[in-house]
Amino acid sequence: MITDPTELAKRLEKPAVVRPTRVGDTRGHRIFRVVNVFLLLAIAAVTLYPFVNIVAQSFSDEQYIRTGRVNLVPRGFNLKTYEIIMSDPTFWNSYLNTVVYTVTATLISLVLTTTYAYVLSKHHLKGRGLLVGVAVFTMFFNGGLIPNYVLISELGMKNTLWAVVLPNAISVFNLLVMKAFFESLPKELEEAATVDGLNTYGVLFRIVLPLSKAVIATMVLFYAVANWNSWFSAFLYFDRADLFPVTVYLRNMVSGATTATSLGSADSDVGQVNSNIKAVTMVLTVLPILTVYPFIQRYFVSGVMLGAVKQ
Amino acid sequence: MTIDTREPEAAPEPPPPSAKALRDRRVKRTWRKALRRDWQLYSLALVPLLFFLLFRYLPMLGNVIAFRRFVPGGSLFGETWVGLRYIKIFLDDPTFWQVFGNTFILGALTLLFCFPLPIVLALLLNEVRSRFFKQFVQTVSYLPHFLSLVIVAGMVLQLTSIEGTVNQVIGAFGGSPIAFMQGPQWFRTIYVSSEVWQTVGWGTILYLAALTTIDDQLYEAAKIDGANRWKQTWHITLPGIRPTMVTLLILNIGTFMAIGFEKILLLYNPLTYPTADVISTYLFRVGLVSNNFSYAAAIGLFESIIGLTLVLSANAISRRTVGTSLW
Repeated sequence: MITDPTELAKRLEKPAVVRPTRVGDTRGHRIFRVVNVFLLLAIAAVTLYPFVNIVAQSFSDEQYIRTGRVNLVPRGFNLKTYEIIMSDPTFWNSYLNTVVYTVTATLISLVLTTTYAYVLSKHHLKGRGLLVGVAVFTMFFNGGLIPNYVLISELGMKNTLWAVVLPNAISVFNLLVMKAFFESLPKELEEAATVDGLNTYGVLFRIVLPLSKAVIATMVLFYAVANWNSWFSAFLYFDRADLFPVTVYLRNMVSGATTATSLGSADSDVGQVNSNIKAVTMVLTVLPILTVYPFIQRYFVSGVMLGAVKQ
Repeated sequence: MTIDTREPEAAPEPPPPSAKALRDRRVKRTWRKALRRDWQLYSLALVPLLFFLLFRYLPMLGNVIAFRRFVPGGSLFGETWVGLRYIKIFLDDPTFWQVFGNTFILGALTLLFCFPLPIVLALLLNEVRSRFFKQFVQTVSYLPHFLSLVIVAGMVLQLTSIEGTVNQVIGAFGGSPIAFMQGPQWFRTIYVSSEVWQTVGWGTILYLAALTTIDDQLYEAAKIDGANRWKQTWHITLPGIRPTMVTLLILNIGTFMAIGFEKILLLYNPLTYPTADVISTYLFRVGLVSNNFSYAAAIGLFESIIGLTLVLSANAISRRTVGTSLW
């Protein structure tokens, strides 16, 4: 099993099946290859289009959006809406909330996942199977929305940071990825450290963690993106607008506009102005992810593989 | 998505110390020994275990309110036993059967499209010779996976609005604009296509990984035996990724009932309820909008049990027929 994410990423980049012979290709296969390239280009274009469209709308004048003339390029280019949104204290407050929730949740998740994964990776540990089972069972059965809601309410966590940070602190999938990584580390290193007098905590902090930078980075990315994108817990457990993360801010904006258009009201101005503002908010919300995406993508990929390729 | 969580050397679990320990000295002593030797490891597991007990297992027990009358502000586990009252209510509730049907149809459509398409895309990508081009298509196709569902819903609503791109395309072909989000007849199409858009690229990862593990010599041998490309794909590539296919199929079947709750919640509106409302969105409204906690918990329990049954049976069937299983 491959354990180092960068090595794994390298492997993934390598063409899956190397077929050096081109001479023997039939005519049918040559045609297929050309069609294949166009098909994949079309898939890529369709995938990218909604992004391009939103960005174009965000820079456009709302009257062009209203008449359906903004597709790939902005019409009536302006930065007005960006200025409006960026000078809106409500927007900045929710943006800041998102940052705070993401950082706190990621830190807590990281600590819990790392410690439990480390324990689960110790094959000699008595009761280990039970500890694994406790986690894995929750992948297939969960309490459901209502009991969770009642629990959070009873714990008095509504309208507190803890409601969005704690209930999803451990992702079992991430846990299993990390466990697989720890299992792949050479046992001799830890044994040597133990002989030299380090206790379990010492081994974990001084030997294992420094060797696990790659997998820890992957975990940070997994958790940070998940938390940045999450909206439902906040939507469910927060009544106060000043606590909303930017996703809930955006959701309220989007659903407000939907109601205006779905009612088919004649004064669709409200809805139309909203579509420009919506586009700007969407761009600003997704911006941090789009900025880091090129750099994090390969780590994500290798992280997923780490959990999946187990042989 | 770990395929196999079973550990070969893990012996059958000894019973917890409290139960049999008093009678069985040997077990007691080994547990004591294990605790003495590994107490530091066990201590590391304490907080995460607390997390699982509090936020995962306690809500499972909390489902008991499906059989008890729950009063908001009262006990977590309800006040008085009412037996199967809430189960009977939802079995007699016409809306429940409508949302049950919607869940089933949306789940089936999603499975029908979102399961095979990543395989097709992975096979197509696998045929690409230019490393740069392959990398480019992959990078682009993963992108929607990193988006918040709020953004996805926002994009879908923009694209399907009266002046949106979809209606412009329809207009270009001479059609008249369609108010997609005002009619129930379009919701399934919109939901499934946006689901495909968001998940297909990401779904290819595991298949591409599985493809790299197929032995090149198999292809060489097949070529010598005169197999053309199509036959090579059929007889070598597809069997090579079969375990991955089966694993993902089981997992997909397991999430069949818990179909896109958050996305539907973001996309639907009362006009599209006839096709868009699924069990989870219905129980959300019953429970948290109308404060009928016990009734909603009964529906939720029903949903979870069907989900669990589906995973277990899919897993059992797969183990018997193709020999691949999750555990």
